[in-house]
Parts: sequence; C-alpha cells; structure tokens
Amino acid sequence: MSRAGSFLSRAGLTPGQLTMHAVLLACAFAMLFPFYWMVLTAFRPSPEVFSATFHWLPQTFAGIDNFREAFAKAPLLRFMTNGMVICAGILAVQLSTAIPCAYALAKYEFRGRNLLFALVLFALCVPVQVPALPLYMGLAFTGTLDSYFSLMLPFFLSVFAIFLFRQVFRSFPDDIIHAARLDGMGELEILWRVVVPSASPAIAAFAVFSITAHWNDLYWPLIVVTSPELAPPPLGMMYFSDSDLGSSFGALMAAATLLTAPLVVLFLCAQRHFVQGVTMTGVK
Amino acid sequence: MVRPKPAGQSMTATVSISSIEKNFGATKTLKGVSVDIAAGEFLTLVGPSGCGKSTLLRILAGLIPQDGGSIHIDGAPVDHLPPRARDVSMVFQSYALYPHMSVRENIATPLKVRRLSSAARWPVVGRMMPGQAVARAAIAEAVNQVAGQVEIEALLDRRPAQLSGGQRQRVALARAMVRQPRVFLMDEPLSNLDARLRVHMRGELSELHRRLGATFIYVTHDQVEAMTMSSRVALMMDGEIIQVATPSEIYANPVDVRVARFIGSPEINLLDARADQHGHVSIAGRTTAFRSDTVGPFTIGLRPEVLAIDDGSSEIVIDSRLQRIERLGHDVLLHMRHDAGSKKSMTLRVSAAELDALQANGRLNENVAVGARAGSALLFGADGKRLPGLHGAAPPELVAYGLGLRAVGA
Amino acid sequence: MAMVLSSGASRAVSRRRLGAEIAPAVAYWFATPSVILLVGTLLLPIAVMVTMSFTDYELGALDYSFLGFDNYATLWKDKAFWRALFNTIYYVALVVPASVVIGLLLAVMVNGLKHGRKLYQIAFFLPVTSTLIAMATVWKYLLHGTIGPVNHLLTAIGLPAMEFFGNPSLVMPALAIIGVWSLAGFNMVLFTAGLTAIPQELYEASAVDGIDNPIERFFTVTLPMLGPTTMFVVITTSITAFKVFDTVAVLTRGGPQGASDVLLYVNYLEGFQYMRIGLASAITVVFLGIILLLSLIQAKVLERKVHY
Repeated sequence: MSRAGSFLSRAGLTPGQLTMHAVLLACAFAMLFPFYWMVLTAFRPSPEVFSATFHWLPQTFAGIDNFREAFAKAPLLRFMTNGMVICAGILAVQLSTAIPCAYALAKYEFRGRNLLFALVLFALCVPVQVPALPLYMGLAFTGTLDSYFSLMLPFFLSVFAIFLFRQVFRSFPDDIIHAARLDGMGELEILWRVVVPSASPAIAAFAVFSITAHWNDLYWPLIVVTSPELAPPPLGMMYFSDSDLGSSFGALMAAATLLTAPLVVLFLCAQRHFVQGVTMTGVK
Repeated sequence: MVRPKPAGQSMTATVSISSIEKNFGATKTLKGVSVDIAAGEFLTLVGPSGCGKSTLLRILAGLIPQDGGSIHIDGAPVDHLPPRARDVSMVFQSYALYPHMSVRENIATPLKVRRLSSAARWPVVGRMMPGQAVARAAIAEAVNQVAGQVEIEALLDRRPAQLSGGQRQRVALARAMVRQPRVFLMDEPLSNLDARLRVHMRGELSELHRRLGATFIYVTHDQVEAMTMSSRVALMMDGEIIQVATPSEIYANPVDVRVARFIGSPEINLLDARADQHGHVSIAGRTTAFRSDTVGPFTIGLRPEVLAIDDGSSEIVIDSRLQRIERLGHDVLLHMRHDAGSKKSMTLRVSAAELDALQANGRLNENVAVGARAGSALLFGADGKRLPGLHGAAPPELVAYGLGLRAVGA
Repeated sequence: MAMVLSSGASRAVSRRRLGAEIAPAVAYWFATPSVILLVGTLLLPIAVMVTMSFTDYELGALDYSFLGFDNYATLWKDKAFWRALFNTIYYVALVVPASVVIGLLLAVMVNGLKHGRKLYQIAFFLPVTSTLIAMATVWKYLLHGTIGPVNHLLTAIGLPAMEFFGNPSLVMPALAIIGVWSLAGFNMVLFTAGLTAIPQELYEASAVDGIDNPIERFFTVTLPMLGPTTMFVVITTSITAFKVFDTVAVLTRGGPQGASDVLLYVNYLEGFQYMRIGLASAITVVFLGIILLLSLIQAKVLERKVHY
C-alpha cells in the first residue's frame, strides 16, 4: 500500500491531485453526456428509446436502420455540402478583403484611417440581427433571396478579422517590410508573400472561428432560405426535427450525430487553433 | 526598370548627401545634413541614440522620404527613385530576415524579384512557368557563391529561427551582397551580438569591405566600431554632422567638445580654465606658464593617457586626491577628484608597471599632483568649439627675461 | 504673371514625389473592398433600419408614412415586448453567473493539474464548437418529460418528474442549462489565458508568507489577479446570452404561453413572419442600444485591463 502510494506521488498523483481528477472527471462526464446520449440513441431501436428503464448501452443494435432512416427522411449530405460551400465562400471573401484592409490600417498613413478604424470598432459590436431586415429587403428587391449568395452576403465583411489581423500586422517588424522594399518587392507582394505567411497562426485561428460560427449559424439561413436543398446543417436539422419526430428519436439522433461530426472532427484536429481563437477574442 | 549590371562593372559608387532635412511632427530630426562619400569608402555615422543617424540611412535607402535636400549616387539624383531602383542594399540591426523562408530563399529573394517575372515567382505554380530554367540556375549559383563568402553553406536549408545571432548576421550580409549593389548600408548590424562575437565580426566586416571594394555606409552608436573599421567617421549629434574625419584625426583633433567627449574611452577629462586679459592661463585657479589666444573662461581637455602622476617635470599640474584604482590588466585607471571643473573627477590611464613603480616609490599618496604636457591639451571655448592650443611658455614681452623667471620659479 | 508662374513651379518642385513615399492610393486600394462591404452590408442597412423604425412600413406595401416615435410608444405599451425583454434578462441572469463560475472553477482546477490538462480542456470545449441546433435537439430529448434520462435520474432519487419544456416556470431554466453547457468551456479557455498570465512569483511569495491552503491561496492570489479577466468574461457572456435565439427557435418557439419569448425571437417574428418592418426595426434599435451599452462597458473594462 505504501509502495503504491509512493509510486502514485512520484507520478505527481498526490491526494490533492487525485481529488481534482475525480471532480473534473465528474464534470467531464456531465459535459460529454449529451454527446454520449446522442450517439447511444442513434444506435438504439425505437422501443428501447421509449422504454422507461435506463441502459448504458443499446440492448439491440439498430444503428444501420436509424441512419438509413435519417438519410431517407432528409438530404443530410446535401445539408453538409451546403455548409461547406457557405463556409468556404464566406471565409475566402473574408480573408481576401479583411487582410489588405487590416494591413492598410496597420502599416500605412492615409487620410480617413482613424475614421475607418473607429467604424470597425463600432461594427465589432453590431450583431448580424441588426442589419438583417434591410439586408433581407435588399435581397428581396433584387430577387436574390434563397441563394448561396444571399446566405453568405452579410458575412463577407468580418470586422473581427480586420481587427484581429490589424493587431497581428502592427507587431510585424517594419524592418522586414523595409528589407522587402529594398529587395524590390511591390506592396501587394510584400503583403501576400512576406507578411501574411508570418501571420498564419492568426489566420488559422480566425479560419476555425469563422467556420465554426457559420457552420452553426441558424438565424440568417432561417430568414433567407426557403428551399430545403439550400439549407445549411442547422436549418436542415430544424426541418428534420419539425417533421414527425415523435416516432423516430433514433433517426433524429443519427442526423444530429452526422451534422455535428464534421465540426467535432475539425475541432479535434485543429484544437490548438480553436483555443487560440478564443484567447484572441479575449485579447480584442 | 533596373538595368542588369554589365559584367565586370565595379560595384561601387560615390554618395553625396546634401542638406538633408527631416522632421517628425515638431521635432527636427535632421537639420540639413551634408556629407560626400567617396567610392569604395567605409564611412561610419556614429553618434548617441536618437541623433538621427538611422533616419539618415533610411532616407538614403529610400525607405522614408526627406523633407528637404537631396541624395546623389554616382552623381545622379535618386530622390525620385523607390528603394528597389536605388541599387543599394541594407543590413538591419534586427537582420530583418523573412521568418518563413529558408536561408537559401532569403538570400535568393532579391535576385528572384529582379530576374524572374512576377508570374514565375508564385509559389508552386511559378515553377511551371516556361523559360526560367537559366535564370533559376544563375540565381542558385549566385546564392551558393555568396553563402561561401560568408561561410554559411551548411545553413542554407534552415529557417532564421533556427540560427544563432551571429549566423543570422551572416545571412543578412549574404542577402545584402548577393545582388552586388553599388552601396552597402548597415544599421547597427553588430549591436545584437554578444561582446566576443562583436569583436570578431568587426574584423570580418573590415575584411569584407576590403575584398568587395564597395562603398559602405555604416551606422553605429559604438565609437569602438567606428574607430576600428572606418576609413572615415562622421560624428552626428542632435541631427547634425559635427565632424567628418579619419579615426585618428577625429580622436586627436576633435573640432568640438562634444566630439572629444563622445570619442575615446574612458571619456576625456574636462577641466575649467581661464585666461586673463593678457592671455595668461590658469587651470583650477593655479596659474600656468602658458598663454591662449582667447580671453576669459574656457575648457581644457586632457585624454586619460596624456595624464601622469607629476614627477616635477609636468608643464600643467592639477592638485587632486586619489579615489579609486581600477586594474584592467595591462592598463590601470586611476580615478581622481579635483576642484578644477564642474565634474570634479578625472581619470588617468597608466600601465600596470608604472603603477607598481609608483607604489614602490611611495609616491602614490592620497593627495597627489597630476600633470600633463601642454602640447597634449585640447582647448574648447565656452560654445564648445575647438580653440588653438596652449602656446609659448612665456608671453612675447617677457621673452627677454623669460629664462630668468623660469629659474626663479624652479 | 511671371511671378505667378514661378511660384507655381516652385510648388511643383516641393510637391515632387520622393521615391520613398508610398502612394496613398495603395492604402486606399487595400481598404476599398472592405469599405464597400462595410457601407453596403452594415452602415447603410443600419441607417435604413433606424429610419424604418419611425415608419409604418410593411413588407410588400406600396407606400408608408412617417409615424415619429409611434412604434416606440407601441412597444412601451406592449406587454408581449416587455415579457420578451424580461425573459431575455432572466435568461442572462441565469446563464451568466453559472457559466462564469463553472468556467472559472474548471479553469482553476485544470490549471492545477500535473497531468491530462489537454484532455480536460478538449472535453470541456467540445460543447462550444458543436452545432448548437443539433445538440439542442439532444437536450430536448435529455430533458424530455417522460423518456429523458434527466427525469429517469430525478425519479430514481425520489423526485417528481418534470416537464421542462411544457411548464412555463421551468422553460427558461431549461434553456439556461443548455446555454451554460454551451458557454462554460468558452469561459474556461478565457480564464485559462488569464491564469497563465499570473506570475508564478506571486504564488511563491504567498507560500513564503505562509499561505499554503489551496482555497486560501485561490482567494488571496488567484481571484484578485483574475479580476479584470472576470469582468471581461462576465460582459462577453452577457452579450452572447443576450443574443439567445437558436434554442428558442428550435425547441420552444416562445412557448409555452410566451414563457420563453426572447427579444430576438420576437424581433424575428415581427420582422420576418408578420412582416411588420417598422415595429421590428424599433425592437432592433432597442436591442442594438442594449448591445452597444454592454460593449461600451466592455471597452472600459479592457482599457482598465491594459493599465492593470
């Protein structure tokens, strides 16, 4: 017993540490329980779902049926493709407009710079729900509602990206920019070939931030999309849960599992960037 | 835009800086700076931090615009040219290497930008552009050659972050050298290195200058760097060049008390002196047998090494008290206190052997007289400008019985 | 005449562009795409929205008239609006303290670990990244009155089963549980960043001063040093919570009996379902005012954080 104790404390597992692990494990269990329950139910047959008894594992394995039903009831792959198209389109425009603007704010003197920056700070506080009505009307008048373009339009400008990249670019050494000018590079080339590569951690962090936000956004798609074949995952999920859900919790959970999976996988792969992204919002 | 250099053209040029002015808001950073630099010269701009020397260098490179005056390189004005067209290269204090490129790419960049089309410089796809094989081979060859010159062949595939300070320094040099510019600009390139490496790189830079024969304009706040490497030193203070001269000249013949104080370590000793209406000079209230051309108060400068403990033969004598002995190995610094100046402290540099002899003779008491030869004194007026030296042990009207006086005095 | 000419010429010389100057056009070209988007998708719509809040415009209507502050007066007298505002504030008041305290405790505990920090961080952050709509349907199932495991648990320990989404007094707490679940991990990461900024010397100094009880240490060193971070987290969370919409839209639709009507959901209904643009705009202006007020406080806090 004492030998085991000394082994544990040598591994850093003092009683205090063990207590903290116990508490944190309980918290982690609570936090992750919805995920567990979602996946569990996705593999359960209907009668089990509605039984009043609690089981940790499916008593009969009904995974294939639930997923088959989910796919039959709604174009889940289509929702996910839409999500990818929208996220990619938004991110591409956000980066290609915000990066030059942030660089101009960070490194050039020009008339109106302070005004522009003040507007960026103001815009930083404005949620998408504020300009939503006029944007909707504008799209309605131009007949562009219910399209990928309408889904992406309000998010093309990311003032958060401008703000974040301006901070990053400001700390980029002027000497390197000077060296690049002496080496003969033009301003655009300096930006994209010298400054941007060194800002790649911030760009990656912003990218995961942007993808997460727009993959998960419900408000705007709910407003502008009426055709199910354009719905991104959250809207698709909503359609799905609205249709006769009472009967098939298993299929619903199978759909939820599928639509949540891409971001969970992205998070597990690019976990460092997620954390960086959050920390950067804190820095702003 | 940039003409390719004909083979064999020497990569050197004259640089003429005339009345350059620069203001940052209300502060006048440069107040009409002029200096002409000969082809192949190693000119050092030295001065305390904030004197405007780095600003001047950046104006030369075309990185910041001047508010007045003009720059000529090889006789032609370059004020309208962007940095890339001035054919100068620069080594920065921070080295300013591209952090995401390998050493090889860093060095190749100035050549790629000049010799490859912008399409061919795109990452990945650029390599597929036709008709660039010859140019790429030439660039690779030039990079290897210049890497050999600064001995970094083994580092070519590393990133700057993986290099030591000294190695980054060499990469920055190689990047500056590779396109064979007419003028090299160096902005405190050694100040981020440790003391030993700095001494070593001083030698290497001098050697590099000799080998390339190019025009070097070198900025530093370190007077030792200025004195050891340059063919001429331009001393800048408060936005002005005060003196341009060879290192030995600027040390021996400073035109201004600020120059005298900046150049030389330990700092020159400055003593209050005064000449009466006949020109008779007294130092610290003690009359001397010398005259100056001015009347009234002035300052007398004595380098630590021209001072000695008076053995009765000194022409100038200052009473002082020994405070502290600082042994530097071969040399010894004696720190004294005296009453002959606002600073009231004085430093002597003697050899260790002399000190031992003094101590053996028992001549190193607490109160000692320090002496110097009159010819070694540098005189500065109240405005700081250099004055003619002390002269004539005796005034002209006393020449007749000068010898007698001296005999009486002794 | 000659004088005029020469003065013109000398001005031309003094204005001559130096090679070192970057043409201002470069900066403008760089900023232009963003400026167009900023004006077109944000500033102009906000101006239109504010203007419409003074009109009786309805989508599809051919004309409209200016009403002055009538829309705002209508809101002032509208019980449904006040109920939505109250529900939103109630939600904020439930979510903010819980998610901040849980985030802080998780951060402090995880930070004190010798092993496995990364794993816990991943576990606690996972809810932040996962699609809230999908997880909301899972939560609806978890909190389901008859088949939800939460009720299984409640009945197992002898408590009565609860119909979370059917009971007007339970629906906001139920939504708040989901909100806390999805925000606690975010706050934990913010607190972790704040914790790593506390110099280790402070803990060593407190140990020398004789504070060796971890709880005492938490209250004498950690918590005071986290003060500015905490303020920041509180306000950021308030803003996020104030924008609650997704869970309401997908789970309750404001029900039962309007008990979960929140500001953004009412705004959505007025504007996009009933097409009463003028009234919806007035609600939006109120919403924007509250958000800007919170942002202003946040900016002040950040300013102080810099000086801290």
